Amino acid sequence: MSLSRIMAIVKKEVRQLRRDRLTFGMVVGLPIIQMLLFGYAINTDVRQLRTAVADQAGTHLSRQFVAELSQTQVVELVESVETVERLNALLRGGRISIGVVIPSDFDRRVSLRSRAAVQLLVDGSDPTILGVANQLRNMPFAFDLGPSATSLWQFAEVRANYNPERRTPVNIIPGLIGVILTMTMILFTAVALVRERERGNLELLINTPLSSTELMLGKVMPYIVIGMLQLALILAVGRLLFDVPVRGSIVDLYLAATAFVAANLALGLLISTAATTQFQAMQMMVFILLPSILLSGFMFPFDGMPPAAQYIGEALPNTHFIRLSRGIMLRQAGLGEMLPDLLFLVGFTLFAMTLAAARFSKRLD
Amino acid sequence: MMHTQFAIEARGLSKDFGKLRAVNALDLNVPRGQIYGFLGPNGSGKSTTIRMLCGLLTPTEGTATVLGTAVPGPARDLKPRIGYMTQRFSLFGDLTVLENLQFIAEIYSYPTAGRAKRVGELLEHYDLVEQKKQLAGTMSGGQRQRLALACAVLHHPELLLLDEPTSAVDPQSRRDFWENLFRLASGGTTILVSTHYMDEAERCHRLAILDHGVKVADGTPQELQAKTGMHIIEVSARDPYKAQSVIHRLDEVASVTQLGIRLRVLIPERYQQPAARVEAALAAQHIEADVRLSVATLEDVFVAVTLPSNGEAK
Repeated sequence: MSLSRIMAIVKKEVRQLRRDRLTFGMVVGLPIIQMLLFGYAINTDVRQLRTAVADQAGTHLSRQFVAELSQTQVVELVESVETVERLNALLRGGRISIGVVIPSDFDRRVSLRSRAAVQLLVDGSDPTILGVANQLRNMPFAFDLGPSATSLWQFAEVRANYNPERRTPVNIIPGLIGVILTMTMILFTAVALVRERERGNLELLINTPLSSTELMLGKVMPYIVIGMLQLALILAVGRLLFDVPVRGSIVDLYLAATAFVAANLALGLLISTAATTQFQAMQMMVFILLPSILLSGFMFPFDGMPPAAQYIGEALPNTHFIRLSRGIMLRQAGLGEMLPDLLFLVGFTLFAMTLAAARFSKRLD
Repeated sequence: MMHTQFAIEARGLSKDFGKLRAVNALDLNVPRGQIYGFLGPNGSGKSTTIRMLCGLLTPTEGTATVLGTAVPGPARDLKPRIGYMTQRFSLFGDLTVLENLQFIAEIYSYPTAGRAKRVGELLEHYDLVEQKKQLAGTMSGGQRQRLALACAVLHHPELLLLDEPTSAVDPQSRRDFWENLFRLASGGTTILVSTHYMDEAERCHRLAILDHGVKVADGTPQELQAKTGMHIIEVSARDPYKAQSVIHRLDEVASVTQLGIRLRVLIPERYQQPAARVEAALAAQHIEADVRLSVATLEDVFVAVTLPSNGEAK
């Protein structure tokens, strides 16, 4: 193996990359767009749910309750109606997400604290809204009922560890690092060899003293640096826009990311040796990308998935990286405490690289 | 390492692609320091043969020795001694001329000390000084071809394999290109070049004519022209089309080719008085024509050896 030949490939890749504006734009643009998308649009802390109230009591106490409810900002009162039927109609029509029924004996129910004092009618077709309604039920309300009574419902405190403000970006961005790096890194290398095959460059390269391993290493190395730049970009945007902390060691995070980026690049190369056109490479990439988003614990809690899905998830680099990044960034864990996940990434890289170099024969037939 | 007088020796070289036999039992002796041509139409097996010789394809049958090394085999030592120019432009279109040359120099581990000098020398030789900073993808066909040749010879290969190097360039560029090949050959480089141009084939020291994967003739251009096994008759007629249809009907005629108002007629040598036969046939149909015996050109050789019945009259 010759270092100078590897460096020749690295230099060539960097030069080509610098002239390829689209790819260059992807290095910077893709992370930013994804951050904004996931950070702002895909936001599971729900606010301002449209709500209507049917206040059948009409007492001082019930009006006080409605006022407190709207102050939470979780709901936004859009309408006051007379009957429960009207509430149901609004719900069916999708005009509101939550309907609040205040029965005529509201005051009595509150003071006796025997039965639920109000009823929430919820559009259960969206599980997120149902979750919000459940939160709402546990929310403490203080009422001025005289010296003895102070509240309407039991104080059911929810304590959120590591993300006390329950802000989605805090949980999402460590996982998003994994998704963005999976997407860009596999994409770069999946088309890397195929493109050269399509352009005819490969026929030239395999007639030179360049070995398969040298070619593979030379192709992967520049992208590791790019992966690190992307990580820096994501962390910076996460900090500036969403105030996402890195509680653990930044060095640990970069080490974990290096192993992860290498694993994805190797996987991309493997795809590149199997595909014959760039389009095919893209198709294969989708097969990796979708489970990397859905089964890695990024979207849904890993433990809640059926065993079969967990097996698939365990085989994906992203699953292991998300555990590492959440651990380091949010729980202040050290790499040493999560060694199995790191070792998986290193092992995956070696395996995929070896397989790719073996599959890439220096022949055309 | 064996030192034979041949740079390439092949025995019974064959290649199948599925059910198609692209190259069939090819024997080949390419002498050192010469320009050896592969002449044949598209799909005759020229590229496949070249790719087998440089180790890109594995022969289905047969053996080959290239520069004393068995092919296919552990080709590590052979690669630095061969220069290969692909049929399709295979350098990097998004690198400049200079960057391409530097890249090739690095890949071949050209000594760092002499690298800049060698690259400068090649830019000069191949008339690329002005294009030095131009992206290779934006150059003309002739310029690309000069760059491809410069890259193929950068590391001073003993053997140069050129796969239809002139198929995408104008006549002037082709002439210049051949000048370069002669210069390289006189410097001791063995050159194997495939082409479908007759005038290029004529310039080779030796050549092999391939047809449907089979070598149908080989030798020096002069040898080939001397032993076509055909009488060559040239007919000039005012109505060549009519004359052609008459001549075509003659049993002894193997082939008629129209070149402007002239017809080249090939008749196997075993027939006596060939010109008289043609003249008589034309006179019988009252067609005025000038009929005379001619000397075989390489084109005639090509037509003769690639006839479906292999030179026999129909």
